Amino acid sequence: MSTIPNSLASKCSLPAITQEELIHLYKEMRLIRRVEELAAKAYTQRKILGFCHLYIGQESVAVGTAAATKDDYWIAAYREHGHAMAKGVPAKEMMAELFGKATGSAIGLGGSMHIFDKKCDFMGGWGIVGGHVPLANGVAWAIKARKEDKVCVCFFGDGAMHQGAFFEALCLAQLYKLPCVFICENNYYAMGTSLDRQSAITDLHRRADGVGMVSEQFEGFDVELVRDRVAAAREYARSGAGPVLLEIITYRYRGHSMSDPAKYRPKGELEEKKLSDPIAITHKRLTEDFGVNPDVLSKIDAEVEITATEAYQFAEESPEADLSSLYDFVYAP
Amino acid sequence: MAKLQIREALRRAMTEEMEKDESIFLIGEEVAQYNGAYKVSQGMLEKFGPERIVDTPISEGGFAGLGIGAAMVGMRPIVEFMTWNFSLVAYDQIVNTAAKVYQMSAGQYTLPIVFRAPNGQAENLAAQHSTSVESLYAHFPGLKVVTYATPDDAYGLLKTAIADNNPVIFLESEMTYHVKGDVPDEEYSVPFGKARVRREGSDITIISWGKQIFRVMDAVKKLEAEGYDPEVLDLRSIRPLDQEAIFNSVAKTGRCLVTHEGHIFSGVGAEIVAQVQQACFEYLSAPIVRVTNRDVPQPYATILEKEVNPNPDRILEGAYQILRYS
Repeated sequence: MSTIPNSLASKCSLPAITQEELIHLYKEMRLIRRVEELAAKAYTQRKILGFCHLYIGQESVAVGTAAATKDDYWIAAYREHGHAMAKGVPAKEMMAELFGKATGSAIGLGGSMHIFDKKCDFMGGWGIVGGHVPLANGVAWAIKARKEDKVCVCFFGDGAMHQGAFFEALCLAQLYKLPCVFICENNYYAMGTSLDRQSAITDLHRRADGVGMVSEQFEGFDVELVRDRVAAAREYARSGAGPVLLEIITYRYRGHSMSDPAKYRPKGELEEKKLSDPIAITHKRLTEDFGVNPDVLSKIDAEVEITATEAYQFAEESPEADLSSLYDFVYAP
Repeated sequence: MAKLQIREALRRAMTEEMEKDESIFLIGEEVAQYNGAYKVSQGMLEKFGPERIVDTPISEGGFAGLGIGAAMVGMRPIVEFMTWNFSLVAYDQIVNTAAKVYQMSAGQYTLPIVFRAPNGQAENLAAQHSTSVESLYAHFPGLKVVTYATPDDAYGLLKTAIADNNPVIFLESEMTYHVKGDVPDEEYSVPFGKARVRREGSDITIISWGKQIFRVMDAVKKLEAEGYDPEVLDLRSIRPLDQEAIFNSVAKTGRCLVTHEGHIFSGVGAEIVAQVQQACFEYLSAPIVRVTNRDVPQPYATILEKEVNPNPDRILEGAYQILRYS
C-alpha cells in the first residue's frame, strides 16, 4: 500500500510578498474585473455573442497562481478570460476575440471559450467540461522528456470533477509522476447545480486520495495566500515528487454564463460572499498592513479604467473577422 | 527487396522515424513490455526504452489526451489503441480536441499526432469489437483518415502519417498483420490523397480500401474468368480523398461499385456515391451500388457473421447488378 502525504512537503518557495508585488496583483485583479464588466456590457448590446462565462469574483485565483507560475504552461476551461489576462494575453486581443474581430487572439475563430496565446504559453480556452484536463499530462510529459524546469498548471471547475476525463487524467498523472498542478476552482455551482447536489462528498480535493495524489483545499479570496500555496504546489510538482491537486474555494458573482440570471442561489448568499471580495481584501491589506495611501490605489484604478476602455474601443473599432481566413486553419502544412 | 509482414512493415516505419526524431514516442496499452497486443511494437521497448515506448493503464481518453497535450508543445506522439472500438471512449479527445485545436487557436498550435489501431471486423468478435470507424472520423475537418491493404502501403503511409503535422487516424486490421509482401529496402513514403490502381480495367470501377481490398481481388478473379475487365481503386486515403482518380476512373468505365466494411447508412460509401453522381452524372451507364456490412450490429456466430460481411459473393452480386443493367 502506498501512503499519501496529507499535505505538501514543501512550503512556499517564494520570498514574502512585497508591497510593490501586491500592488501589481491588485492592479491585475482590477483589470480583469473591469474588462469582464465591459464584456458583460458588450454582451447585453449583442456585440459579444454565443456563450460568455464571466470570471468576476474569482480573480484572486488566476492572479495569485500567475504570481507563482508565470513562466509555466497553462491550460484552462471556458471561464478563462481572467486566466488569459493573468498569464499575459493582452486585454485588447482578448476583447477583440470576444467581439469576433480579425485582431482577436484567434482572429475571431475561437471566441470567448477558446482563447489561445502561444507567446505566453496560454494553451486555451476549452469548452467540453473536463475534456482538457488530460492534455495537461501531455504537456507535463514533454516537460519531463525535455527536462524543462517547468510545470503545467491546469484549471477547471467543480463541475469537471465528476467527469471521466478528469479522473483518468489524475490516474495517469500520478502513475507517471508528472509535473502538473491541477487547480479546481470550486465556485459552488456547476452551472445551476449546487455543490451538495453534484457530489456525495463536498471536499472535492479528496478525489485525489483515490489515486494517491497529494491535495490541498483552501479559500482563495486572498491573492497572497493563493500565490504562496500554488508556489508550494509548484515546487512539489517541479521537484519530480508528483502532481498536486489544489481545490481552491472561490465564488462567481455572475451566473454560469451571461444568459443565466442565477436564480438558484439562496437569498443573501451573493451578498455574504461579497464580504470576502478578493479585490477588497487586497485593498484593505495594502492600505492597512502596508500603509499604502488609498490615493495610490485610486490612481491605479484610473489607469485600469483606461486600459480596459482602450481594450473595448480597440475591439469595437477593429475590422470584422476576415472571410478569406475561413479555410486557413483546418489543416497545418 | 524484403518480404515483410504488415506488422513488421509498420514497426520498421515507426523505428526509422523514432531513430531520426527524439520527439516521437509510442504510447498505448501493452505496447512496451507485452510487445504490443498484436506484436506490432515487438522489441521496440528494448531499443528505445520506457520513456519512448510507454505502457498505459486502460484509459483511452486519458492517454489520447496525454498525446494531444504533448503534441501541442512539439512532441510527435503515436497513440496506439488496442482496437478502434476502444477509441470511442476517447472520441471526445479526438473529435472535440485533436481535430479542432489548430483552427480554434488560429494556427498557433499544430497537432502532429498519429492515432493507430486495428479497425473493422476480425472474426467472431461480435458487436462491440467489430466496428468500422472510418465514417465516424472522416466526418470531421481537421482529421486525416488513411488505411492500407498491403505491407508496402502500410509502411509508406505510416511514414507519411508520422511526418504529418495534423492528427492522422491510421486504420489497421487484426486480420492482416501477418500478411506478407514486398517492401522496398530504401526509405520511401506514400503520399496521402493518392489512390492506388490495384487493377486497370475498362468495364467497371470498384472502389474500396483497407482489408476489403482482398475480398475485392477475390471477386475480381471471378469477373476476369467471366470475361469482364474491372478496374480496382484502392483509396488508401479517405480524407483527403483522391477525387481525381475516382472521377477519372468512373468517367472511363461508366460504372461504379463502392464496397467497404461497416454500415451502409451514412458510411464513407455514401459520401463517395454522392460525389461521383455529381461529378460523373453524364458518364454513368448504371446506378452506383454499395456493398457493405448488412445493416445490423455484428453478430457472433460464424454462419451469421459470414452473411453480414461484404464477402466476395456479395461483391459479385453487386457487380452483376451494375454490369447487367440496361
